[in-house]
Amino acid sequence: MNKQRPMVLTIAAAVLAVAIGIVLSYVIHWFPVQASTQAHNTDRLYHVLVDASIPIFVLVVSVVLYCAWQFRMKPGEELKDGPPIHGNTRLEVFWTAIPAVILLGLVSYSFVVLHDNEKKPAREIQVGVTGQQFAWTFQYPPSVTGGKPVESDQLWLPVNESVRFGLYSKDVIHAFWIPAFRLQEDVVPGITVHYRATPDRLGTYPIVCNLLCGVGHSLMRAQVHVVTEAKFKEFLQSRAAASGASASTTVGAAGGATSSTTGTAAG
Amino acid sequence: MATTTVPAQRPPQSSPGYGGGSLPFGAKLRAPGFYRAAWMMVLAVAFAFFITWIVRMSTGHSTFKHFIDGEAILTVSLLAVPLTFLVGIGGFDYWFYWAAGRKTRPEDHSSHGAYTWKDYFRINTDHKVIGIQYTVSSFFFLLVGGLIAMLMRAELAAPGAQFVDANTYNGLFSVHASLLIFLFVIPVFAGLGNFVIPLMIGAPDMAFPRLNALSFWLLPVAGVMMLLSFFAPGGAFADGWTAYAPLSTNAPIGQTFFSVAVQFAGASSIMTALNFLVTIITMRGPGMSFFRMPLLVWANFATSLLVVIATPFIAASQFFVLLDRALGFNFFNAAKGGDVLMYQHVFWFYSHPAVYIMMLPGFGIISEVIAVKSRKPIFGYRMMAFSLLAIVGLGFTVWAHHMFTSGMAAWIRIPMAITTAIIAVPTGIKIFSWLATLWRGVLHLDTPMLFALGFLTTFTLGGISGVMLAMIPFDIHVSATYFIVAHIHYVLFGGSLMTIFAGVYYWFPKMTGRMYDERLGKWHFWSTFVFFNLTFGPMHLLGLQGMPRRVEDYASKFSSLNLFISIASFALGLSTLIFLYNMVTSWRGGPKAVKNPWRGMTLEWQVSSPPPVFNFDKLPTVVGGPYEYGVPGAVHGTFAPTPTPAAAGASAARQVAGPNE
Repeated sequence: MNKQRPMVLTIAAAVLAVAIGIVLSYVIHWFPVQASTQAHNTDRLYHVLVDASIPIFVLVVSVVLYCAWQFRMKPGEELKDGPPIHGNTRLEVFWTAIPAVILLGLVSYSFVVLHDNEKKPAREIQVGVTGQQFAWTFQYPPSVTGGKPVESDQLWLPVNESVRFGLYSKDVIHAFWIPAFRLQEDVVPGITVHYRATPDRLGTYPIVCNLLCGVGHSLMRAQVHVVTEAKFKEFLQSRAAASGASASTTVGAAGGATSSTTGTAAG
Repeated sequence: MATTTVPAQRPPQSSPGYGGGSLPFGAKLRAPGFYRAAWMMVLAVAFAFFITWIVRMSTGHSTFKHFIDGEAILTVSLLAVPLTFLVGIGGFDYWFYWAAGRKTRPEDHSSHGAYTWKDYFRINTDHKVIGIQYTVSSFFFLLVGGLIAMLMRAELAAPGAQFVDANTYNGLFSVHASLLIFLFVIPVFAGLGNFVIPLMIGAPDMAFPRLNALSFWLLPVAGVMMLLSFFAPGGAFADGWTAYAPLSTNAPIGQTFFSVAVQFAGASSIMTALNFLVTIITMRGPGMSFFRMPLLVWANFATSLLVVIATPFIAASQFFVLLDRALGFNFFNAAKGGDVLMYQHVFWFYSHPAVYIMMLPGFGIISEVIAVKSRKPIFGYRMMAFSLLAIVGLGFTVWAHHMFTSGMAAWIRIPMAITTAIIAVPTGIKIFSWLATLWRGVLHLDTPMLFALGFLTTFTLGGISGVMLAMIPFDIHVSATYFIVAHIHYVLFGGSLMTIFAGVYYWFPKMTGRMYDERLGKWHFWSTFVFFNLTFGPMHLLGLQGMPRRVEDYASKFSSLNLFISIASFALGLSTLIFLYNMVTSWRGGPKAVKNPWRGMTLEWQVSSPPPVFNFDKLPTVVGGPYEYGVPGAVHGTFAPTPTPAAAGASAARQVAGPNE
């Protein structure tokens, strides 16, 4: 019984560590607020991954600590060797097969999430995103405005409406990342890249260029305003009116950065 | 500084070109060495001047008005000057003589061994000297790269501009990554392997000692070139070590320093890998079958396969950038039909396998340390070897997981995610086998073992975050954020560097003939382990919360975590000083090492510390596995009394390319 005590203690500590780890993983605010349906799916995936990882990590650390505690050389054992165990085929098959099954399970689940995040909805609006050193502009085609196309240096989106971004670059590669949506894709010169998002929470969130694009990279910021349908219509109308006066609004890169640092809803 | 070979009688030798010898000045200028290198480099600049003038003239520029183009001269010089430097110091002498049909100098072993510190600063064909040249110069670049990291953390201690502007900051992280990847992790493993592998397999040297010497000297060339880029007009290359086009193809001239330096570092890698492969395949001692090889040898065998297959791809990618930038080839100019994504595919086809190039030798080190320090055979030896080969194969099937958000065809993500998840299986086998090796052993918890155990925990964490990154929707959120920065430092610092420290402490007695200070070693381990986790752990959170990498300025909500990380990183930097102090003082005046302080079974521990100039005064014959700890009476190798002339002849015939007596 006494001989078993260190083992019992270690297992108890490991179980406790797993429990604490999993509780902590739900207490810690890992992410900015969730502002898209995709964010809910991705965060759930993250929690599944963390829950699966904690026991594996704790297992490895516990075995290391247990061995260091129980099997460390004691005085007088300087010339002693351990038992000549060369392997155990059953054990080796076990720790090859089990991780493989877990990994394939997790990756399958991630494909389900990916499919959900990217599937074509019944209705969606198209918005163009143009990246250039070091500013974003957003284009609303006639299919959205119902009139002339409209351009803006801030992104406005109606809530609970699926949007399909078309990404264009005028110079080098940028990445169009909205952390609150948990979505990004590179903006590549020469090709048009698309991705979908469904904003589901009113508010203003940072847009970040997330691929090194030159000296102004850290200033290449903008904001997305997720608003009600009525406010969105209002925005389009005001932009349509303004575009008559000054079609090319100066895009203040530094202004974008300042506003992102004060971004309220970014968690 | 103590020398690394038994201070036997120094063979008659002259290195007048390096300042030694007493020849007249004219002869010194003709002999291989730094004098000859100096005037040849001047000649190379003149050549660059001349060739650009001719080309510009022939393409319609005015003969006398605009005949000087600084960028063109610099670009050609970057290629020509290092080559003439290598010719000057004598890297090609033997082959030139042979190719010209002139009398080649027979191998008289005069360039074996190191008798003074000066012998480390010349072409030297002794694998043990080269191993130390590699290791010490790699650590020099580790310190430089680490200092650059300190500068970056100082800048990031608070939002807004602190010390450097955006362009300088971009240069700092680009050079930091490039130095630590190409001039530290990859070559330091080549250095340790160079020293240890011939000893482990019972060979007197590497298969191609002259190629070995040349491969080392390519490294300082690459490293100095990367550092010099800070003085280039427009600053250092500032597009990250990834150098994505078309940012890199339109960058200032500093980018060319990177494009060319990578060619030299890559050529060095390939030469060493070929050397390892041929050495391991053809120069194993009698009885050393593949499945009696220590796992370090297996690991370097696997790594060398990766290097020779993959490295040409990064060479190609940087030649594309060079041609685009210097000569307007438009490989990556979308407006002229170039393909921007192609750069990333070619680049990652090397740079993902490179991750394993930077990890597998470390796996080998850990296997050695854990077996010896646990006094047990490696659990599942064959699976350990096969899992290395599995990683080599799978390593070539996952590259596009770096491109999940690149805008490439969406379907490619699916198979790449599956292979990325699967490649964790052989890595998991290794972790579990090491744990099983520890189980019921007699653990000697000294410095190498502490680093090995620390590695098991930090690398597991890095592996886990790697598996998470295989999950596409999650990767889409954290790609190119601080989560990635955390992940790569957990695998490269918590992984590779931990194994490198373990290996350096483990073989320090063999390489220097001295013992290191155990107490300082333990302090070094604990300070490194604690501050490593404090530095890089919180970066996971920063990335998840939305902080992009490669920015010198960030939103104020990230400021407290960043300040915490910066303070921890300074402490991590300071912990390196303990290591440095320990290494320098122990090498100079540490207690003399016995030949086998760890009671290891592998062959390198059966010869004196440091080993004799030709490694084995008596021929080793391998009669059993390398880790038969606890097996009564088991030995790995036996030594014949004195080689009879016939036996020596036979061994010379077997070791075709090795130096023969």
